[in-house]
Amino acid sequence: MNAHRKNWSARWRVALAVVTVCALAVAVGAALASPTRSHAVTVTALIGSSGPAETFAVNNAAAAWSKQTGNKVNVIVASDLGQQLAQGFASGNPPDIFYLGNDQVATYAKANDLAPLDNLKNVKSFYPSLRAAYTYKGHLYAAPKDFSTLALVLNTNSWKGAGLTAKDYPKTWAQLASVAKKLTRNGQVGLCTNPEFHRLGVFMLQAGGWLVSKDGKTATVNNKANLTAFNFVKSMIKAGSMKLTNQIGAGWGGEGFGKKECAMTIEGNWIAGAMTHDYPTVPYKAVELPAGPAGKGTLQYDGGWGLAAKSKNKTEAMALISYLTATKVEMGNAKAFGVMPSVKADAKEWKKLYPQFSAFLAGADYSRSIPTVPDIATVLGDFNQQLQGLPQSDAKPILNRVNGELQSILK
Amino acid sequence: MPTRSGERRSWWRLREPGIRGRQTAAGWLFLAPVIVILGVFLVLPIAAALWVSFSDWNGNGSPIGANAHWVGLENYRHLLTEPGLDQSNFGTALRNNVYYVLLVVPVQTAVALFLAVLVNRRLKGVGFFRTAFYFPSVTSSVAITVLFLFLFDPAGVINKLLSYVGATGPPWFFDPRGLFHIVLAQFGVDQAPASLANGSFLGVSYWEWLAGPSVAMCVFILMAVFTTSGTFMLLFLAGLQGIDESVNEAAALDGATEWRKFRYITVPMIRPVLFTVVTLGLIGTWQIFDQIYVGTKGSPANTTLTPAFLSFNTSFNQNNWGVGAAIAFILFAIIVSFTLLTRLLTRSPDRVPRRRRFGAAR
Repeated sequence: MNAHRKNWSARWRVALAVVTVCALAVAVGAALASPTRSHAVTVTALIGSSGPAETFAVNNAAAAWSKQTGNKVNVIVASDLGQQLAQGFASGNPPDIFYLGNDQVATYAKANDLAPLDNLKNVKSFYPSLRAAYTYKGHLYAAPKDFSTLALVLNTNSWKGAGLTAKDYPKTWAQLASVAKKLTRNGQVGLCTNPEFHRLGVFMLQAGGWLVSKDGKTATVNNKANLTAFNFVKSMIKAGSMKLTNQIGAGWGGEGFGKKECAMTIEGNWIAGAMTHDYPTVPYKAVELPAGPAGKGTLQYDGGWGLAAKSKNKTEAMALISYLTATKVEMGNAKAFGVMPSVKADAKEWKKLYPQFSAFLAGADYSRSIPTVPDIATVLGDFNQQLQGLPQSDAKPILNRVNGELQSILK
Repeated sequence: MPTRSGERRSWWRLREPGIRGRQTAAGWLFLAPVIVILGVFLVLPIAAALWVSFSDWNGNGSPIGANAHWVGLENYRHLLTEPGLDQSNFGTALRNNVYYVLLVVPVQTAVALFLAVLVNRRLKGVGFFRTAFYFPSVTSSVAITVLFLFLFDPAGVINKLLSYVGATGPPWFFDPRGLFHIVLAQFGVDQAPASLANGSFLGVSYWEWLAGPSVAMCVFILMAVFTTSGTFMLLFLAGLQGIDESVNEAAALDGATEWRKFRYITVPMIRPVLFTVVTLGLIGTWQIFDQIYVGTKGSPANTTLTPAFLSFNTSFNQNNWGVGAAIAFILFAIIVSFTLLTRLLTRSPDRVPRRRRFGAAR
């Protein structure tokens, strides 16, 4: 038995020795072999997509750039953009480029998460107001890629049914109130919209008020003009010709409009995609919002590409951002998912393609973006929560409360 | 117990002579993966979060290192004493969660005990009911939340059923009115009386503290009772089956009614299980997050905001990590205090003091 064991043990030792030598040979060979190092880098792009159309468009544009430059692009569709960005910044390994709303840019810039894009190749092609919306402390922290404004969207069937014509498109607040009253019939409310600053804020601008003073250093939320604006909204709600979406149980104005619970709503360009997709049978038209005591006013929402400060491929990432915000690509996006291009050069072609959405583009002349202040999204979030109680409560305590909160972050 | 060689047992010696030593080493080996996993995924993150709550970290880079500086109790002071949005949001979140806890824990404990007593009997087909009552607990909380969102939609099934009996249901998940405020409004009190409107605690006026759970929160309360009663029913069932049948028979012979049997025999004998159920219920209800994140995210009017969700929102969406971590640890302190309180209250009245057990001489 012992001899047998010795035989086996000897065989195993020899086998082990052979394997070790082979492994060493391979390892040495690999180490000494000259590596065919490619200069292609992979740029990661994190997007918060509005739907399959947008994901497809971004992937296509990225693939085209890949082909052109030989670099790879990894487009990640975020399920929770804020959370995934936060994880990226904390880990020191963030996505190279990502979607950045202009209400978040100041918060991230202050935390040194963003790299400035002042030297972007096509920085002069963007609308000045969009560049300003993404500028914090004198530096541009995101490349504007598209924008939307709010307009009045109305159901043309309900319009005709109430005996109204193209001449009756409301141009003043009084006309809006009377038109909304006429349209409140047959179980349909005249006007419905989200109980948020992001919709009701248009009335603040039309009344000559706004969140901050001209120099941006004082909060003006509770000034007389804003109070007038919200009292006007309350009067329409009291008259029964306007309802907020939480009163009718709709998720947003577009849903209430598409389900024919209201004849008009205040929404942005994105409603076009939703109507085609979810409510194709509802005929609608977009007209400019009426002017208030101080003239016309509407809100503007900007989308942009940000660059991470800790990105390891800044040059290639900036080149990709330039490509994605080029005239041709932005026009392609506009056709794919209905946003307005952020480059001035596209305006003419866009107006020709989408005459029915001219109201949105016209709004760009007098629209305002959310101020670029750190933590403004938090204050506006609370403003939205308070406005949900607008039908039952007075506007003044809400405005006073938000004014205090806004002033504390403007210091 | 002395070892084979007569040496005294030393706890730091992983390997001892003989079979006992091998078992000790094997024991540590089996425990090692769990210790590593718990350490890396539980202990270290909690320690890091505790550090973040005492620091000014802004989310850029790792908090362990040059990116975060010690600021002591600044985050806690800002959250609890500085008037502002953070304080009033925290106060609102606490208020919402207190009502949630006060309503869910007693109701789900009572329902679970009731169901357990029902299925404890040897009837035909009771197994089916045991499964049916337990079923909601195994379903994903996300799925149930989405289902409830659908059922309690203002134009949904529940309101439709209510309309058949002539009642108009409220817009459930969109209704921010507090239950107590609704009741008081029936008696004509629909504005805050001066005494309650002027005072405030944690940035929330006393009138708002007494608002009660909002209608939207009540739907979440219903959802919680529906999903967790099943799990606790099983715990109670195990406890009930530990009660010897002869005790109940003896009581029946003495002429005790069902209610007296339940109150004087069953309940005292399942006291440990009761403590477990109430403690688990308290811990679970104070930590509610999934349903809020998937469902209303704090709406309507912040009446479904809870400390756990507020902690997440403050950290990830507002980039205010120190305050978010501080909220989490205050919540931890609250849960621990409630657990200790429960322990105190469910302590057996005839507990023998530790010193005197097993005879006087020690």
